[in-house]
Amino acid sequence: MIESDVLVVGGGLAGGTAALSAAREGADVRLVSHKESTLRHASGLIDVLGYHDGTLLADPFSAVGDMPEGHPYERVGSAAVEAGLDLFDEVAGDLYAGSHTTKNALVPTHGGTVKPTARYPASVAPGLASDDGEMLLVGFETLTDFDAPLAADHLQNAGVPFEVRGVTARFPMLRADAKITRYAKVLDTDEKGIRSQLVEAIEPHLGDATRVGFPAVLGHDHPARVREALADALGADVFEVPSGPPSLPGMRLEDVLFAVLREAGVTIETGNPVVGFEASDGRIDHVAVKRTHQRVPYFADEFVLATGGLVGKGITTSREGVREPVFDLHVPHPENRYDWFEDEAFGDHPFARFGVAVDTDLRPLDGSGAVEYANLRAAGGVLGGADFAAEKSGSGISLATGRVAGRRAAQS
Amino acid sequence: MSDSENFPIDVFPETEEMDLRPGADSCYKCSACDTSCPVAEVDDDFPGPKFQGPEQWRLKRKEDTSVDESVMKCSNCMRCDGACPSGVPLSQMHNTARAEYVSEEMSMLSTEYWRNRILANYGTLARIGSKVPRLTNFVMGNSLVQQVNEKFLGITAEREFPEFATETFVEWFEKRGGSTVQSEDKRVAYFHGDYANYNTPEVAKALVRVFEHYGYEVAVPDQRCSGTPMFANGMMDDARRAAKFNVETFHNLVEDGYDIVCSCTSCSMALRQEYPELFTFDGTAEVAAHTYEALEYLRIYEDVEGDLKGAKPNFPNLAYHAPCHARNQGLDGQAVNLFSELDGLEVTDVGDSCSGISGTYGWKEENYDTSMKIGEEMFEHMEDAPGETGLTECPTCAMQMGHGSGYEIRHPLEVVESALVN
Repeated sequence: MIESDVLVVGGGLAGGTAALSAAREGADVRLVSHKESTLRHASGLIDVLGYHDGTLLADPFSAVGDMPEGHPYERVGSAAVEAGLDLFDEVAGDLYAGSHTTKNALVPTHGGTVKPTARYPASVAPGLASDDGEMLLVGFETLTDFDAPLAADHLQNAGVPFEVRGVTARFPMLRADAKITRYAKVLDTDEKGIRSQLVEAIEPHLGDATRVGFPAVLGHDHPARVREALADALGADVFEVPSGPPSLPGMRLEDVLFAVLREAGVTIETGNPVVGFEASDGRIDHVAVKRTHQRVPYFADEFVLATGGLVGKGITTSREGVREPVFDLHVPHPENRYDWFEDEAFGDHPFARFGVAVDTDLRPLDGSGAVEYANLRAAGGVLGGADFAAEKSGSGISLATGRVAGRRAAQS
Repeated sequence: MSDSENFPIDVFPETEEMDLRPGADSCYKCSACDTSCPVAEVDDDFPGPKFQGPEQWRLKRKEDTSVDESVMKCSNCMRCDGACPSGVPLSQMHNTARAEYVSEEMSMLSTEYWRNRILANYGTLARIGSKVPRLTNFVMGNSLVQQVNEKFLGITAEREFPEFATETFVEWFEKRGGSTVQSEDKRVAYFHGDYANYNTPEVAKALVRVFEHYGYEVAVPDQRCSGTPMFANGMMDDARRAAKFNVETFHNLVEDGYDIVCSCTSCSMALRQEYPELFTFDGTAEVAAHTYEALEYLRIYEDVEGDLKGAKPNFPNLAYHAPCHARNQGLDGQAVNLFSELDGLEVTDVGDSCSGISGTYGWKEENYDTSMKIGEEMFEHMEDAPGETGLTECPTCAMQMGHGSGYEIRHPLEVVESALVN
């Protein structure tokens, strides 16, 4: 019989945070994820609140406390958001920067926009738009996601306080369709002196630039070492421009988070989906994990649902309506499908806020506002009430609600 | 026009041939599979699973396009399956593309074809070789024979052939008079495969003793290779013959109330996933639905976790590697988790990298270097872990672990046997 004190469904940032928080409270925790962690697709930027009412925020905490009723931040309170970030800082350690201030950092993206974010990989730090050093962006012909000259033009037009140029270079040695993991591997191992070859290819374009930005492929296992070697040889700071998916900054974050989870004694299983459950007297008794063909029961005292939102398939839609597929939880939404969206592409779409509604203990509520199951909590993207893409709040919500859900589950 | 006239639209008419188009259409090119591929990370000639799967599948729908030879570089680790967020049946596509490449593009007169066929049919050779195990071990261990193998067959001389046991598992099982437990309601049929039978009978014996300890009657029917090395080499006719035999045999046992247990994670993978993906024999689905990896079965139906707490097996510290095929079944954390509270030894997970050998892949002369490059991370972590004994469920991962570290490699069932039986 497979059982644990707490069972977390979902292996992204919210699920990982919930599992870690529960384990730190002394619970025996199991985390099940259908596929490899979705962190592998994440940019690696940890945003908390970038925009409020369409206005860019210098300090996310100036507005975290003002969110409308039902927003995940309103449910858990701003102290929980700070605690979630503290936990993240401890997990990420040297891999991340930004904890020295409560202010948002402005990170240039691969499209040449600037994203407000609370924490960012150390590899991104020298590229912040608030610094004034002259910037050279380097793209590679073979990595078509990042058009460096275009991104540089966008940045310059956005009015950044520094000169920025972009060039497209040829990455030595690799074939046209090599995978980003191959780039990272050759740089990690400095195969055939690739680092010097790369420096030689970039040097003629350097000019007066004091910092050089590359697509985020600068190593998987030893990113700091790769950057340092390139920076020493170029005589300029070296940084990464986050892009994706797939994304090496996301994979590096996955590596550290899952290592911390294992150290904390969390049992992790990937590869099999949770496809159903049994409940009695208002409590979940067990979930059914589908292992190829067999439905294997996983028992636990407390459950945390962290399966993501519409993109992560934690929330699904069809002509019949909007559903939460694991526990068939109530997802508030207009009955008429034509009321799910606005006509303008970038309008204020209701679908962006679809997700389960919860009480302040993060327990999902049914259509009448009553708690669905006493021992079930939800965290992260599966929660409704937030348009995380517009607010730039996705990671913060995952950290804050993941931590609360995990702790409360362990304490129950 | 009313809706009922138009829906559902019959886009893909019924066909006798396997139709993977719906799977290909599910691919939205996120490239998650590519970043999980251990070969694409080190081999500049391999364009990755997204190309091998959905892209190549679309390309070869055109009559003038044949399967690209790079499909033979795929090691069949199946990690891409575990990465895809969209349910694309990548390994199924690779298996069918590889089979088509071998039957349409590869000359049956080529050395490569025969080398692959020999490697894929290891079980047949083992059956003959194990009749005279000492002589076979002597001949195959001879460095001259190894050089000849490399020069004429392309089987690397770097590796030492696994030794044949002087008594096979089946010989042992028959000699002891079959299962010592009779039970109407607790019965398992053991799919031991070739390796546990001919090379590591101690693993198979451990399985029998552990299941008997828990009151199970163990059946050991006549069986063929699971087919894993045949899929991996595109030898689909050989695989079909073996699978047909296995499905018939084990389906009968399932109907008599047996569940099927395996000690090799590639064998359980084949019966559970690859058989129903590739074949339609009567009983294929039933066999798949009743197949388990041995420890997984005990975790579900017995309190093996509780029983192992504080138990004291006669084992040194162990460096555990999770085979890719265990990972795909969600079993990668199982052994370390189960063994975490054993008394007197530490079991350390050596990380999530692939061992690099992937069955017959690393035996091929042209893949040897790539195979060792993939394995590098695992070797380093083995070195860092306490103890000098390895642990894994997969026979070829065990070969690679032993080859790269010089450690002796054991199987989790042996640890459980030592902890619980006697």
